[in-house]
Amino acid sequence: MEHVSLTGRIFRGAALTLILLFFMFPIVWILLMSFQSNEQILRIPPRLLFEPTLANYRALISGQLQTAAGNLEIPFMHNLWNSFVLSSAAVVLALILGVPAAYAFARFKFRLGETIAFTLLSFRFAPPLLVLLPLSLYYQQIGLNDTYAGIVWVYQLIALPLILWIVRGYFEDISPDIEHAYRLAGHSWGETFTRIAVPLAGPGIAAAGLLSFIFCWNNFVFALILASADKQPVTVGALAFVTASGIQYGQIAAAIVLSVTPTLLLALYAQRYLVEGLSLGAVKG
Amino acid sequence: MPVPQFLTDLLQLLLGLAVALLLRRPTRFHNAVSIALLLPLMTAPAIAALMWKLMTNPSFGILSYLVSLLGIQDFKWASDPATALFTVVLVDIWVYTPFIMILLLAGLRSLPRQPFEAAALDGVPATFVFFRITLPMLAPYIITASLFRLLDSIQQFDIIYAMTQGGPGDRLMVFQVQAYLEFFQYTNVGKSAALLMILWVITNILSNIFIKNWLRLREHAHRHQ
Repeated sequence: MEHVSLTGRIFRGAALTLILLFFMFPIVWILLMSFQSNEQILRIPPRLLFEPTLANYRALISGQLQTAAGNLEIPFMHNLWNSFVLSSAAVVLALILGVPAAYAFARFKFRLGETIAFTLLSFRFAPPLLVLLPLSLYYQQIGLNDTYAGIVWVYQLIALPLILWIVRGYFEDISPDIEHAYRLAGHSWGETFTRIAVPLAGPGIAAAGLLSFIFCWNNFVFALILASADKQPVTVGALAFVTASGIQYGQIAAAIVLSVTPTLLLALYAQRYLVEGLSLGAVKG
Repeated sequence: MPVPQFLTDLLQLLLGLAVALLLRRPTRFHNAVSIALLLPLMTAPAIAALMWKLMTNPSFGILSYLVSLLGIQDFKWASDPATALFTVVLVDIWVYTPFIMILLLAGLRSLPRQPFEAAALDGVPATFVFFRITLPMLAPYIITASLFRLLDSIQQFDIIYAMTQGGPGDRLMVFQVQAYLEFFQYTNVGKSAALLMILWVITNILSNIFIKNWLRLREHAHRHQ
């Protein structure tokens, strides 16, 4: 493998360039568009050099959009806020429920233990609409429709299996001997969990939390069905925004940039753990 | 629709495998490329669809412009029944190929080195090494990653809904998009439920197979701590 011929190297270089171009180009292009005025965007042929403008972002942040039909008020920043609230609350709840559960699955053998763990995993693969459509009817009856609490609850379908199975792996990798020694020193079971197991699994727990945040943020269908405009996260909000703003393409591009930036930054920060998160803990990066 | 979906997954598998092989040696540059390729995967699929919608806009989209340079006028991308499927598949490949790539890359890099070193010493040809050593040893990763993709792609909703809402006509009516429209637009709850039950049976069978393979891979990862 060390001896790669010159043609082989050229071929590899060309292939990698093409691959990078295909996967990076859309992101770069939309980013460029977000700094252009509509006239600049509509120019044919498109130019790579242009005078950047912040007008699109200014319009989004102020919520005042100039359209052909006059001034339009679109609270896109509120969608961003919703995404932030929903995803954070969902992750916090999933950590509170999932970390102790992961510990129990890792340390104790109990009746139906594995069955329950696999049932929780299979939630990840059930068709979302199969759950959501009936749920939306129940939610209307019990008053959870279009509430943060209702959406955070269904986000557990995304966050809980992920946290449970990744954190379980981290607990399993800690030697039980350390915990036994601590217990022998006269500490209770609860103290052993909070003072020994959780700190040792800390990096794994943090990574699982970050990844669940990304996946909750990127979710589309849950809020599409359960939330009205006031509670919608950016994924759904952006779609509504496209319809409302019509031909304000620069603003659409800026809205796209604002909605993907948080997750892309978090993903870069947590990239060491992404393999593990994407495989639900089956493959280590 | 299941057949194109399956073909899309196959394309993603081949492309993802090729990229993983190219990036196999853990050099700085290769690591940087593999991290860059994660970005499409971390973009919300619904938002990714909007990005491609902007790029394929008939009046100013950069891709429409590039295609017109090749001499193809009036390429309508997602709004033409003849090319809608192609367009959605392209977006799907853009978003999800990195998923296959990153799992197979992790798999490739975790393979033991001895068989490859022995083959190099004996001067075994590269194609033989690939088909008789690399592929069989990578098989558990390939199977798990493909099943994972298949499970998700048969439930595809975000990209198609954000891009065309199942249209033009009923060209892109996959299970969940049709179930959604039957429920909300045509208030045909029964048909919607029936579609989702069929989908549930399929995903249930697939996820049982998947979990078995997934568990084997998981045990393997923990043994090699």
